[in-house]
Amino acid sequence: MAQAPGKTTLTGWLFKGPALTLLAFFMVYPILSSLWMSLQVGKGMNFSFGGFANMWRLTQDAVFQQALLNTLTLLVVQVPIMISLALLMAVALNDPSLKGRALFRTAIFLPCVTSLVAYSVLFKSMFAFDGVVNRFLEALHIVDQPIPWLSDAFWAKTLIILAITWRWTGYNMIFFLAALQNIEPSIYEAARIDGIPRWAQFQKITLPALIPVVLFTTVTSTIGTLQLFDEVNTITPLGGPSNSTLTLSLYIYQLSFKFMPSFGYAATVSYVIVLLVMILSFIQFVVARERRRP
Amino acid sequence: MNRRLHRIMVYTLLSIAAFVSVFPFLWLILGATNISPDILSGKATPGHALFDNIVKLTQQVDLVQLFYNSTKIAVIATALTLVVASLSGYAFEIFRSKLSDRIFAGLLAMLSIPFAALMIPLFIIMAKLHLINTHTAIIIPTVASIFMIFYFRQATKSFPTELRDAARVDGLKEWQIFFYIYVPVMRSTYAAATIIIFMANWNNYLWPLIVLQTNETKTLTLAVASLLSAYVPDYGVVMVATTLATLPTLFIFFVLQKQFVQGLLGSLK
Repeated sequence: MAQAPGKTTLTGWLFKGPALTLLAFFMVYPILSSLWMSLQVGKGMNFSFGGFANMWRLTQDAVFQQALLNTLTLLVVQVPIMISLALLMAVALNDPSLKGRALFRTAIFLPCVTSLVAYSVLFKSMFAFDGVVNRFLEALHIVDQPIPWLSDAFWAKTLIILAITWRWTGYNMIFFLAALQNIEPSIYEAARIDGIPRWAQFQKITLPALIPVVLFTTVTSTIGTLQLFDEVNTITPLGGPSNSTLTLSLYIYQLSFKFMPSFGYAATVSYVIVLLVMILSFIQFVVARERRRP
Repeated sequence: MNRRLHRIMVYTLLSIAAFVSVFPFLWLILGATNISPDILSGKATPGHALFDNIVKLTQQVDLVQLFYNSTKIAVIATALTLVVASLSGYAFEIFRSKLSDRIFAGLLAMLSIPFAALMIPLFIIMAKLHLINTHTAIIIPTVASIFMIFYFRQATKSFPTELRDAARVDGLKEWQIFFYIYVPVMRSTYAAATIIIFMANWNNYLWPLIVLQTNETKTLTLAVASLLSAYVPDYGVVMVATTLATLPTLFIFFVLQKQFVQGLLGSLK
């Protein structure tokens, strides 16, 4: 029995009410407020209208530019490595005749239960100069000298990349596995009967089915890496050797809560992240749509 | 390619991956039993310092208080998020209108706004409300999680319309349909969401780091970070604290792995 439409609509809004009210105060208002703040200059709580002064400051701020470059470098190197590894593991684990599948899957998935701070602690201690990783590499004669993971700009960045990859590969693999399991086995059966080689099967059947997942995982990983904070602040506090692991989020944190707060400028830097997220998400969607066309 | 060689390669690859994934957990346990200099010099065998490390940790922090704070925040935030997000996620799917759909699209667009862009205004709001250094300030901004609203809206698509129609014929009110029919029918969705929300809150770092400023209000995760940031951190102690902070999530993972995986995949449907 249909109720009066007006009444059902009201019920619907009552259901949505608590969430929308909270979002208005703690999401929409902060977004607008930080946009407004990005036009303000001044220290602490003393603001005055500065127009585009903060944006001009961005172009003059070498530390900001380094943070931007660091964040983009981490992104460009880490995300493709992780997505490829996740895909590789998922394809390997998807073989039903593989022994110990559940065990392998659980093991590879395990890192994503750790808090970002907890695994940063582990990585910091394992990658100490005389630490277990250097010991292991020396024992295998991969290196002669211990690697200065925490004190060299290049190696500090590498360490952050290794750490994030460890934490998130299994997580992303789960999405690929689910997508692979949705492909009908009979399709592969038919392909095999027709004598289509394995590599071609992968290219023509597996890959197209995975494109939406590649897109999803790439977008979420990109957004995650652009916001990178917990790991760098824990493993390499203050931005690491010569600011080599200073990310945009860490810089915003420093600008707002470490030094004499400069909220307006920090808000401007935060909008750089918003802009990057928007641009990169857009590019990824366009690329995906192009790929989907025959 | 030779099938046998292919097999060997797959097993080698997976074994290396599994070893790399699991080793840090062993390292964590080993570290908790060793003294700091041994940990930093790569000693990968069990030591005898576990008891000492625990004693030192209890001398430096109030473990009971930390556990209480972390649990309190995570439990309250999870309960509130479940109610608020599932009510609105359900409503965005069932009570649709042009306006409603537009608002939902707007929410999705906000999903990619980084927290860094919100934290300064949020901090100022909390300061004006005199909520700095309170757990309320940690919980409130996380409750209306857009991700969870989206998750429940997706899940509602699988809620049978016949059930709703039958309930309406029986004269149940909308809120009764939600609480007496939707919630019990969707319990596995709720279970998965519970895990995801609980873990996110338990592990939360940046926002508590900004807002919680005294030892009485700090969470376990914050305590781990501040033990590590000491001028000369005692890694044995840090490892014990990290183990304690990781145990609850590890426990959830092993007991509820299936629901956890379902929860992750729920956002992709």
